[in-house]
Order: sequence, then structure tokens, then C-alpha cells
Amino acid sequence: MNVENRRPVVTAELIGYRTPAFEVEVEKGRLRLFAKATGQTDPVYTDEAVAMAAGYRGLPVPPTFLFCLEMERDDPYDWFHALGIPLGKVLHAEQSFSYLQTACAGDVLRFSGEIIDIHHKKDGALEFIVHRNFVADRSGHAIAEFDRTIVIRHL
Amino acid sequence: MNTPFGTPRYDSLQVGDHLPTLTMPAITRHALAVYCGASGDHNPVHVDIDFARASGLDDVIANGMLVMSYTGRVITDWVPQSAIRALDTRFKAVTRIGDELTVSAEVIEKREEDGRRLVRMALEARDQHGEVKTAGHALVELP
Repeated sequence: MNVENRRPVVTAELIGYRTPAFEVEVEKGRLRLFAKATGQTDPVYTDEAVAMAAGYRGLPVPPTFLFCLEMERDDPYDWFHALGIPLGKVLHAEQSFSYLQTACAGDVLRFSGEIIDIHHKKDGALEFIVHRNFVADRSGHAIAEFDRTIVIRHL
Repeated sequence: MNTPFGTPRYDSLQVGDHLPTLTMPAITRHALAVYCGASGDHNPVHVDIDFARASGLDDVIANGMLVMSYTGRVITDWVPQSAIRALDTRFKAVTRIGDELTVSAEVIEKREEDGRRLVRMALEARDQHGEVKTAGHALVELP
């Protein structure tokens, strides 16, 4: 059987599936590179003195960069491989974040993820997977959570 | 980190108000390569045309999260990031090489909740032809 053409790839039994938790340190050099990559010109994201004058402990982690930090695992697609999700057929459908605190350079963040929803559209031609990540600091204080919805397209 | 006039106040905003739009340079292969390294998202569909074609696409496509970073920026250009409570996006159309994106933001709701003054914004990113690439929201807490 051609694994690439297997469908459905995922079923509702996978709701609750936990993806590997891990910790990552926020590096200021990466934040500066991210600012460059996103065309960010506000010095609060690149100049520590400006960030601290604005009340942050260090360079702030931009709103969408938590998603990127979650990809710092050895293989950010490890759970795609484990579940047989074909990367070439996957698109990012939706993304949401809710923030409790602003993470900053130097923080060590712990990410733990879980599949919270699976649903299909167009008679199964589109398979949606919602993966939620909880982000906390080393003391266990919640920083944010974010949901990534991907779609596997059999079109 | 925000306008020279300081953080906007809840009372100064009306539903229907628009923030200044943000227009970004056209998406290039170089920009996607830099974003690939900076973001840590090494999915080859964004940088490797051979992989993109083998996946049935004509060419590489931009990272949705690159577009979402632009929509977040419209908000952080306006208020300190620490004011942002939530940000969401639906990716409605693929962004391609050469697309020039403009992000717009409009106040769609004001509400007070548990002593917090919250403003909900609608965010849209459109290309040079007016096609909506992403649509979403930001929730900000203001003084």
C-alpha cells in the first residue's frame, strides 16, 4: 500500500495524542535574525537597551515566534512522521495564540503539545488536525498557549 | 515600540476605526530562505522548488507564519506587545513569490470584562490584486 495515498491519515482516536514535550532557551541572536526575516524595524525587538527601557526583561519574543520556538526540537515534524502525515500534502489552515505573559530572551520555555481535535471536510478529502501547545516558564508559570490547525489535502 | 503619541486609550477608539495599513516588500525566494533559517521551520515546500513540484505545486509557497508575523506587526506598531492578549489567523489563500502584501486592521468590538478594557481587531492581509491571503483577529487590553 502506498503510504502517501493512505486515507484517512488520521482518525478521531488520536485526539489526546501527546507530542514530545521539550524545553528551549530563547536566544537573543535568533530574535534579531527573526526581526530581520520579518522586516521588523522596531528597535524594541533588536536593541536590549530599548527593550529594557520599555519594561521587558530582555528582547521580547514577538507574537508569532512562540510557534517557531516549538520547532526547535531535533525534528519538529517528528509527530508527523510518527502518525504517517505526508508533509508535502500538508498546509497550515489556522493559527491562534493566547498570551498571559510576554516571554523574553534568556527565558527557558517548556512546550507540551497535544492533538485536541480532528475533523474531516469534503468527504474526507480534507483532514484537519488541531494541535495545541502549552508554554510555561521553568517555574511552571503559564506564558501562552497556541493552536495550530493543519490540513492534509487529498486533492 | 508604538506611536509617538503613546499607547492608545480605550476611550479614544470607536468600532470602525482603522489602523494605518502596513505594506511589505514583494515576497522573494531570498526572503523565504532567510525566514526558513530564522523561524526554524525547515519545511522544504517553502524553499526547495524540486520538493514543491514533487508535491504537486508549481513553485515554492510562502510560510503562512511569515504572513502572520506581518499581521502581528500591525498591532505591535500600534500598542506595546505586552497589551496583546490573543492573535489568530485563518490562512485563506497561498502566498506566492512576487506577492506584495498589505495588512489592514479595524476595530470591530470594545468590551469591558472583569475590569479589563478589551478591544478586538479584525486583521486582513491582501495581495496586490486584492486577494485575501489571511483573515484573523487580535485582542488587546488598553488603559
